[in-house]
This record gives sequence, C-alpha cells and structure tokens, in this order.
Amino acid sequence: MTMAQDESLLQAALATRPRPAAPGAASHTFTFAWRALLKIKHGPEQWFDVIITPVMFTVMFTYIFGGALAGSTDDYLQFLLPGILAQTVMFTSIYTGITLNADISRGVFDRFKSMPIWRPAPLVGAMVGDTIRYTVSSLIVFAIGLALGYRPESGVVGVVLAIVLLDLFAFGIGWIFTTLALVVKSASSVMTLSWLVLMPLTFLSNIYVDPATMPGWLQWIVSVNPVALLVTAVRGIMAGTAGGADIAWALLAPAVVVVIFAPLAMQLYRRER
Amino acid sequence: MHQPSALAIETSGLVKNFGETRAVAGIDLAVRRGSIYGLLGPNGAGKTTLVRLLATLLRPDAGSARVLGHDIVRAPQEVRQRISLTGQFASIDEDLTGIENLVLLARLLGFGRREARTRTDELITAFDLADAAKRQVKTYSGGMRRRLDIAASIISTPELLFLDEPTTGLDPRSRGQVWEIIRTLVANGLTVLLTTQYLEEADQLADRIAVIDHGRVIAEGTSAELKAQIGRAVLHVRLADPADRAAAERLLAARLGDHPVQGDGDPRALAVQAPDPAEAAAALGAMQAEGIVVTEFSLGQPSLDEVFFALTAHPAAPPESAQAEERQTETVR
Repeated sequence: MTMAQDESLLQAALATRPRPAAPGAASHTFTFAWRALLKIKHGPEQWFDVIITPVMFTVMFTYIFGGALAGSTDDYLQFLLPGILAQTVMFTSIYTGITLNADISRGVFDRFKSMPIWRPAPLVGAMVGDTIRYTVSSLIVFAIGLALGYRPESGVVGVVLAIVLLDLFAFGIGWIFTTLALVVKSASSVMTLSWLVLMPLTFLSNIYVDPATMPGWLQWIVSVNPVALLVTAVRGIMAGTAGGADIAWALLAPAVVVVIFAPLAMQLYRRER
Repeated sequence: MHQPSALAIETSGLVKNFGETRAVAGIDLAVRRGSIYGLLGPNGAGKTTLVRLLATLLRPDAGSARVLGHDIVRAPQEVRQRISLTGQFASIDEDLTGIENLVLLARLLGFGRREARTRTDELITAFDLADAAKRQVKTYSGGMRRRLDIAASIISTPELLFLDEPTTGLDPRSRGQVWEIIRTLVANGLTVLLTTQYLEEADQLADRIAVIDHGRVIAEGTSAELKAQIGRAVLHVRLADPADRAAAERLLAARLGDHPVQGDGDPRALAVQAPDPAEAAAALGAMQAEGIVVTEFSLGQPSLDEVFFALTAHPAAPPESAQAEERQTETVR
C-alpha cells in the first residue's frame, strides 16, 4: 500500500462521525454478556476444571460410596446426581469472581468507566454471560449421569426447569464472588476465599447423603443451608414431586444475596482504584 | 442548556490526594477547543491522576473542573458522552481480537450490528491492522496496540480525546505513526489532551504545554514561550581532540562572558550560552586561530530538556525518588 493511499484511508476513517443514540441498559448488559462469552471462547482451558471436576466427583462417589450408602450404585446415582449438579454450578460460579478480578485491574475497565454506559452493565453482563457457563456444565454433568444410568422421572421439562433454577441460584450467589473480586487484590485470594465460602455450604448439605443419620445440630444446619434447599428443590423437580414452596425456599437465599451484595458490589465498583 | 464554551477544559484549584500523597496539588488549566495540549512531566508528577480526574474516573478532593462545559462531578455522564480515553496501559481487551474489541465498543456506543462491523473494518484498514485483526490483542506489538487503542477511541468522534503517554515504549517508527494520527485528528477539529514524558513529543505536537512537577503546574505556554522563558540561544561545540577541552573552555568563557561552560557527558562536547550570534561566530574564529579544531558546532534555542532542568532543578529523566513515589501512588490506588 502506498503512502498516499494510506493517508486517504486514514483521512476517511478519521472523518467526523456523530455518536449514535445511546442504547439502553439491557443492550449494554447483553453486549457485556457477549464479551464474557468471547472470553470463554478464547480461554478454553477453563472448561477443563468445569468438566473434569464434576466427572470425577460423580464417578468417584457413585462407585466408591454408592453401594455402601444406598445399597446399590444405581440407587445412589439416582440420589446423588441432582446434588452433583448443584455442586458443579456452585464451583463454576467461582469463575465469575476470578475472571472479574483479573479483568478489572486492566486498562480496559478505565475505558468502560469513561464511556456513557449503564454503570452496572459490565458486572451484570459478565454474570449473565456466566449463566451460559452454568448451563453448559449442568448439561455435561447431566449427560454423564444419563450415560451411567441416571433417569429423571420428570423428563425433559424437569431437566430444563432444574437447570433454570440452578442458573438463577448461581446468578444470585455469584454476587458474593463478584463483591469478593472487587475487594481482594489477587485472583488467587478470590479463589481461596471463595472456597472458604463454598466448602461448608457444599459439604454440610444433603448433596452426598441423606442427613437423617447426622447428629441433631448438624441436621439443623443442613435444614437451613441454602445449597441443601437448592438440592432438595432440584431433586424434587427431577423426580416430579417438587412443590412451589420447595422452589421458593431454594430461591430465597440468592434473592437475599442480590439485595445485599448487588448494591455493595456497585458501590465497590464505583470506588476509585 | 449550557453555553458552548470556547474552552474544552477549564480547571480551578483541582486537588486529588491518595492518602498522604498529594497527586494533584491545585491545578488551574485552560485548554482551547481544537488544540493539542501537552502535559509534560516525569513519572509520578501527577499527569495520569489529572487525566483520570478529567475523564471522570476519579472525584476531586477540592477545586472544580468543567470538561466541554460540563462539571466533572455534577454531570459526569454528560462529560462521558463527549470524551474518549486512551489510558496509559492499553485500554483494550488483551484476550479479545482486534475486531472483537472494536465491535464490542461500537455496540456499547449504540452502533447496530452491521454498522459496528462496517466501522470496525474501516478502522482496521485505516490503522494498518488488517493482518492482525483476527488475532488476540495479547499477540500485538506495542505500536499495534497503540493504534488499535486510538482507533477504539474514535469509533464515533469524541469532542475531546485524552491520550495518556501515547508513545511510551514505542520504537521511533511507531511513534512517528502515532504522531501522524494525532495530527490528522486535530486537523479534523478534535481537541487532544496529551500527557508525555518526552520533551520532544510535547515540542512536536502540542500547541501549548503545561510542565507538571509534584502535582503542580510549574510553567505554562507555547513551546517557544517556554524556551524563551528560560533563556537564550546556546552554542554547542564538539572538539576534535578532548585534550583541547580546558583551553576551549577558557576561551569560550572569556569571549562570551561569565556564563558557565558545561559539557554533556561527552568530553569533546561543550555548550555555552551565546546571546549574540556575532559574538558566537567570533568565538569560533578565535578557537580556530588558537589551533583548536572544531568538528561540529550549532547555535540554537535551548532544548525542552534544558528548559525542564532549569524549571525544576532536576533532569526530566525520572530520578529514583520520583519512581518510588509513583509506585507508592500505585499501591494507594
């Protein structure tokens, strides 16, 4: 390309262009959700964790403990799979925080903040994008379950409902990790702190065993553990026995989290860094 | 409705503290529309903080500022609608490709799907990024990043463009390309606020320059005014034989008055203030008569380097302490 051509192309590209009318909050949010998907596309190594961990847990628990816990591995899988779905989505939601923490310290967020866009859009959009991640990891776990012999009694409708519930739950709880990501300096501390939140929530629950054999105080903890409430609802949905109350209880905790942590996260986001 | 102001930026007593550090310590600035205004200063002088204040990323602790007629604290969204920021560390997404970056920003600005793509292709071609358009930005060279960064800032035309150290770390060729782009932008009516550590860059590009040190403006004016403020013409001489240095110093001092003669690290080089060109010529003749062989000589205005030294009593290259300060400011953030 000659210099003269170069020059005229540059001139043409630099010619004044008015700014179009500003799009609304929803459009900004979806654009950021698209950005989150592009990030997943460019970082396929993330899928390794998302896929391998649940596969390991499902196979290990089913074949090592299944027989002892439920009499047969088939019966245990029927009990375990909805729990593993919940666990997988919870573990996946940590990525929301880790990704944001790495992201926000970069110069590109300075640009976003200096643009006339709906202020929460970068955070909300990222979390909306992450629900795709939750959906995909749920589907993977579900496929493994099917291959091992799991059969949901409520059929396709139940599975779709269960996945929607899991997405809603993870979107709500994700605000905790988003807030953590805005407070903590490094991505590895986000990881550590997130595990501190998640470990008790997933293990002091009904994911792996029926709490009936636990001591009374522990049964009480399990009965108020939001993850246990989610697992109960997902199990109910998959078995076709869930009532509206089960689903409402499951959504209570994420709703409370959103009310408390979303404004907190926005305040931290607006804060100067 | 606000009155369109002839000034793109007006600040008065602007202050920003980070803990104990006064990053911006009372700055008054008036930047005319359609001009390139240079903020010149070493690392840690407060240039970036000033830009971040004006781009509504930070809130001032005291003082006020209007950008394109809108108050940065009371009407930040109005300001954001009219500016673009190219930050010191590339304000583009490393993980995405060049195309994805531009389409993303175009969509955020309200371009439709197809218009966003058309505008992106146009910018990619004009900024000579076609070969790398589908690669992740993390694989780009410094010059390519900067070009993409500036392209991202003009997807739709802002009234005011902030360029924070646009050529730091670039090779001379890339620097020349970026300068050319900036000149073309301003020729089309944009206002540019540019920060730089390079005296040459401010000299080359800026219509007016504010020299900033420790969060204050220590001098302001056109490049010529700043040079005039410091002083007079300087005679630079380079000797064939460094052994002649002492004799040359004596002679120049005697001929051109009592101005101190200073070398420049190079034992053959001498510089001396020479207010009168005739006297300078005579001094050169006298050197030849004495048998002192001169390989190069020049008579010219002082460089901005010399200006900076005269204003701050420290060289423009950042001393250790200034760098330490910068790091401290970074942690405070």
